[in-house]
Amino acid sequence: MFKYVKQLTSLVAMVAVLFTFTTETMAAKKSKTLKNTQKKGFVRCGVSQGLPGFSNADASGNWTGVDVDVCRAVAAAVLGDANKVKFTPLSAKERFTALTSGEIDILSRNTTWTLSRDADIGLTFVGVNFYDGQGFMVRKDSGITSTSQFKNGISACTNIGTTTELNMRDFFNSKGISYTPVAFEKADEVVAAYDAGRCDTYTTDKSGLAAQRTKMSNPDDHIVLPETISKEPLGPVVRQGDSVWEDIVRWSLNTMIEAEEYGITSANADSMKTSENPQIKRLVGAEGEMGAAFGLDNEWNLRIIKQVGNYGESYKRNIADTGILPDRGPNQLWTKGGILYVPPSR
Amino acid sequence: MKFKKILPQFLTLLFIVIIFGFFTMNAQENMDTRGIEFGFGFLKQEASFDIQFSLIDYDGSRSYARAYLVGLLNTLLVSFIGIVLCTLLGVVVGVARLSPNYLIRKTASFYIEFFRNIPLLLQIFFWYFAALRALPMPEDAPLLLGSSFMTIKGLYTPAAIWNNFDVFFIALIIALIIIYFFNKFAKKKQEEEGKQYPKFLISLAIFIIIPALTFIIGGVDLSWSFPELKKLAKTSFTYEGGLGIPPELIALTLALTLYTATFIAENVRAGIQGVGKGQKEAAASIGLTPSQVLKLVIMPQALRIIIPPTTNQYLNLTKNSSLAAAIAYPDLVLVFAGTAMMQTGRAIEIVAITMATYLTISLFISAFMNWYNKRIAIQEK
Repeated sequence: MFKYVKQLTSLVAMVAVLFTFTTETMAAKKSKTLKNTQKKGFVRCGVSQGLPGFSNADASGNWTGVDVDVCRAVAAAVLGDANKVKFTPLSAKERFTALTSGEIDILSRNTTWTLSRDADIGLTFVGVNFYDGQGFMVRKDSGITSTSQFKNGISACTNIGTTTELNMRDFFNSKGISYTPVAFEKADEVVAAYDAGRCDTYTTDKSGLAAQRTKMSNPDDHIVLPETISKEPLGPVVRQGDSVWEDIVRWSLNTMIEAEEYGITSANADSMKTSENPQIKRLVGAEGEMGAAFGLDNEWNLRIIKQVGNYGESYKRNIADTGILPDRGPNQLWTKGGILYVPPSR
Repeated sequence: MKFKKILPQFLTLLFIVIIFGFFTMNAQENMDTRGIEFGFGFLKQEASFDIQFSLIDYDGSRSYARAYLVGLLNTLLVSFIGIVLCTLLGVVVGVARLSPNYLIRKTASFYIEFFRNIPLLLQIFFWYFAALRALPMPEDAPLLLGSSFMTIKGLYTPAAIWNNFDVFFIALIIALIIIYFFNKFAKKKQEEEGKQYPKFLISLAIFIIIPALTFIIGGVDLSWSFPELKKLAKTSFTYEGGLGIPPELIALTLALTLYTATFIAENVRAGIQGVGKGQKEAAASIGLTPSQVLKLVIMPQALRIIIPPTTNQYLNLTKNSSLAAAIAYPDLVLVFAGTAMMQTGRAIEIVAITMATYLTISLFISAFMNWYNKRIAIQEK
């Protein structure tokens, strides 16, 4: 009998050792994400399942969009090549789990920054790359030109798992209108159902409405109503607990916006090295030690501007030239009447 | 050596406990480092999202727990309707598969081969989007059965408005209890004295008369509210009043029924063919009519073969109903493991609750079917 007890004790001891070992390795290292990314040789980026202008794959699998460009900027900064990104298309429902479970390292998927998301679920928002707001789309021939014409019994198609569902409720409740929400898991089904006539209106972020309108069987039959019912600051998200990685992503985005402010483009970035302005010189790695704090070299920001371009170039290429939202609206620099204002790189 | 016998089992158990312990600790560890807390307190918080279709009173000011209940009831609803319909269709098609009529037989086997070999999700999309494309807009919908409208926004039928429904409901239950005891009594009489009552007619009479009495003496009152066309905008209409059944529920029920019925039909065919030919001939030779042969001799024996695999199909149907999320039918997965999970970020808790719920539903169905199977099994004497 004692023989077995002894065996048992050693087994338990072994298991205990195993546990202490795993816990110790888990608590180690400061920027694990940066280290892992450099080891793997690519940035793992979560994007949408196809939203033109933000993150959309073409027939040959090339991703484009302003959200995609954030990940490309990080890849240019930490790996030296903007193409070294592995994109993972995620539904609204999957996105945060994919990030917190470590399947991706950056979530750049038209995600609204809210208090509860930032505080509750192990996420950190690093900035805003698109100021958006929720709106409504209706069929033109319905004669509706404003949300004030909505009546009791209206049905609204939307996506599940988004702030949209909550804003919609707040909006209809505040107006005292009874409505039927029809919430789908994927955007494509929402578009198909609304297009077929299942709902009287389709509601999501206005940029999304503008982008999805291009997918309708007859885009000109639909209009986006002028009212904006919510604030939707969209931006990239990282996991909580790796502040170095968080800073890298934040300042990659800031670099793109600040580069536009100082007129640095992908075309003239190299020649800006000899600029008189020290702020410009810092942005192209010609002055100061701007990469050291992240464990990066000094030209990380120059690579971003050269390979991805500044924010204005990215916007023009992805959103304006594709006809989605030619007017930059609030997404214009603060110096030109918009609200894009980032802290200085110095 | 009793100890020697127990030890391997003990070690296995210990191993399982350790594995579980490891995964729990690992999850705990990871959640701690990411600042995620574990707990079910969120269930009491306000859900603040609305749901398209609910069997109970619900709006966004209710709690997540209430939203869970709405999703659960919607799952149970579609599963229940699906199970009833696919059983009826399955039995008909299964019998048709054995029909001596060439056309009926071939039609049945074509239906089976066609529907069971196409992935269910595709069928759900097909029925949903095909229906959406084919159904008329509310303003163009023709009148069905004098009072209903089938439109792209759903099926609108008159809704019953009850007064004192509980009295009526109690009367219904009393009627069922009386019918049960009457049938027991009639069976006893037949066995002891050979006396036969028109059991079906008397049961039907009890079932109708007792609840009907409540209208006269119980203060029960029933009126109907009819759907009426309402203009929302120049070209946009809907129906108000009455009962609106969303097209998502109809498409999902249709797809689940047509798909699962093929498997049940095959079970029924196998069951009938599993009863020896001699049984049928022997029954016929003692003068039973064909319907008596089927009812008294073939079916009781066939059922023993049909029930166990059919239980599996019922379980499959229930679990497959979770595909509802794809077409916006607010079932448990869409409402709770979808919206609620996203709003709260409580992935582990919500997935655990959802899994436990499906497991419980499945175990209930299994338990019921096992009980039924035992009841009809051969009683060895």
